[in-house]
Amino acid sequence: MKTKKPGRDTLLRFYREMQRIRQFDLKAAELFSQGRMAGNIHTCIGQEATAVGACQALEPTDFITSTHRGHGHCLAKGGQAAVMMAELFGKATGYCKGKGGSMHIADLGLGILGANGIVGAGIPIAAGSALASKIKGGREVTLAFFGDGASNEGVFHEALNMASAWRLPVIFLCENNKYGVSVAIDRVTNIADIADRAKAYDIPGIVVDGNDVVAVFEAVSAAASRARAGEGPTLIEAKTYRHRGHYEGDPQIYKPADEAAGWKERDPLVLLRAAVLTLDPGAAAELAEIETSVRREIDDAVTFAEQSPYPEPGEVVRDVYAADNERSVAR
Amino acid sequence: MKTITYGQAVSEALREELLRDENVFILGEDMAVMGSVFGLTKGFLEEFGANRVIDTPISEAGFTAMAVGAALRGLKPVVEIMYVDFTPVCFDAIVNQAAKMRYMTGGQASVPLVLRCPGGAGRRNAGQHSQSLEALFTHIPGLKVIAPSTPADIKGLLKTAIRDDDPVVCIEHKLLYATKGEVPDGDCTIPLGAADIKRPGRDVTIIAWSRQVHSALEAARTLAGEGIDAEVLDLRSLVPLDWETLASSIAKTHRAVVVHEAVKRGGYGAELAAQIGEDLFDHLDAPVKRVAGLNVVPPFSPALEDFIYPNPGDIAAAVRQTLGR
Repeated sequence: MKTKKPGRDTLLRFYREMQRIRQFDLKAAELFSQGRMAGNIHTCIGQEATAVGACQALEPTDFITSTHRGHGHCLAKGGQAAVMMAELFGKATGYCKGKGGSMHIADLGLGILGANGIVGAGIPIAAGSALASKIKGGREVTLAFFGDGASNEGVFHEALNMASAWRLPVIFLCENNKYGVSVAIDRVTNIADIADRAKAYDIPGIVVDGNDVVAVFEAVSAAASRARAGEGPTLIEAKTYRHRGHYEGDPQIYKPADEAAGWKERDPLVLLRAAVLTLDPGAAAELAEIETSVRREIDDAVTFAEQSPYPEPGEVVRDVYAADNERSVAR
Repeated sequence: MKTITYGQAVSEALREELLRDENVFILGEDMAVMGSVFGLTKGFLEEFGANRVIDTPISEAGFTAMAVGAALRGLKPVVEIMYVDFTPVCFDAIVNQAAKMRYMTGGQASVPLVLRCPGGAGRRNAGQHSQSLEALFTHIPGLKVIAPSTPADIKGLLKTAIRDDDPVVCIEHKLLYATKGEVPDGDCTIPLGAADIKRPGRDVTIIAWSRQVHSALEAARTLAGEGIDAEVLDLRSLVPLDWETLASSIAKTHRAVVVHEAVKRGGYGAELAAQIGEDLFDHLDAPVKRVAGLNVVPPFSPALEDFIYPNPGDIAAAVRQTLGR
């Protein structure tokens, strides 16, 4: 199915969404390094085009599952920066009342079925959401974001097999950022393209440039059309790169010294900016305006998060169960 | 009232809930065409169709996590894990996903999932098809755990579990499937977290669940002949726990014996004994006794297997000890 090439205004919209992710994660990393946030932060800097290209190809009523490196996915699916930042700060106003943190952002109303701290776990959950659409006769599509590392988990294969056998409306989007923590994927996997694994399940397996937002957008649009037409799942591998460490503070001794420079030149925001200016050299002012207004949005998000209250102590025992919570927590 | 088997009671509960709520569906190995290896869903495929009674591949990790995904979307999956011994294959979906979604999302997400897990020893099925693993699940906040002992209880509790908005692990002892009992007519639901006194008594409280309730009742009959009046308290539901009924029984009898088939070390009986010791010490006239499975792997040989789980004689002996007889 042919999709229309995104025009100038669409590209500017993509650019705004990608800037939101870039600036959110840069700010989160900065705050974390200053000790203003607890726990761990996994940034997706360098991978913004995949999150935005994918989510822009979905409808608001569609669903995603995300990963431990999920800030970008959640922002791209419509997540509010302020509510996300509040969650990263562990505040009561966060998406999960401060109970989930960076790795567990969810907004079921936006179709975000949850980021996940277990590598690969979102893949079968997405397939299950797609099964629900099939059972209910709905037209929603569910997209699972996961990394190259997750493609070596058993549930990846189990979910692809069942989704294929039952023609479920699901898109498996592998963000191959080259590393599972410290281990380069080519050291532990004897195929060049994870997309090739689609052959084993007789579904389309597509490799795209994960730093090219339009390429991702087009691949996911086509996969979503297939899914909605009842033709089943698609595996898309978006080749991209994790600019920073697995976690903030990771010394990254496992990366070859000359590797990052080439990927910096292919920074998805640099590429998109150039594409916009090629289409319309007069768009520089608009690009600058986007950068400024996003900066304001992220600054406001931090202010909101910092000024928000922490959850009150009684909150620790709530939300374990829907029914009979008090008794079930007590004993 | 009618008399049916435990297996028929499971079947009736499933069928009635499938009829009552279009969001309920069944997922698992051999559930549709075969009607389950225990014959519990025979005819369901024809009655409810392939979208509501689904045969899965042998992919417990995958399909249990898919059930979590479907539950997040408002469906009510009833998953059978053919033997509870297979739940470690899909532990992530149960422990890290189903159990934690509500809390981790600040109360946004519901996972109304029922995991039916046939379990227990006595069928000469050896180490990987004979275990009682309920303590793995009672240990995990976010899960509810039931282990009914009679046809009426399994029917009523399974129906309630399917309607519950939390993930519920339902332990069904395989040797109970053929046992018979009276089941009330109509929508005979039983609330989770309500224990049942299967035999009232004054001298000692025997706390049990699942198949061991029947061993406890047999022990109580033997003890009655010796002038010992044992109360048999069937927990039915381990989480939530009906502490009030348990505490008032012990306040009356002043003695407690906890019985389960699962291995003794780290069993739910240890948890109960600890709670009774902490909170009911002043009521006790004797230490709480545990009668439980040996800390071994279930063996195959009939000459060995029957030694691993408690029998009525073991329970009666423990009761005599608490009474100093």
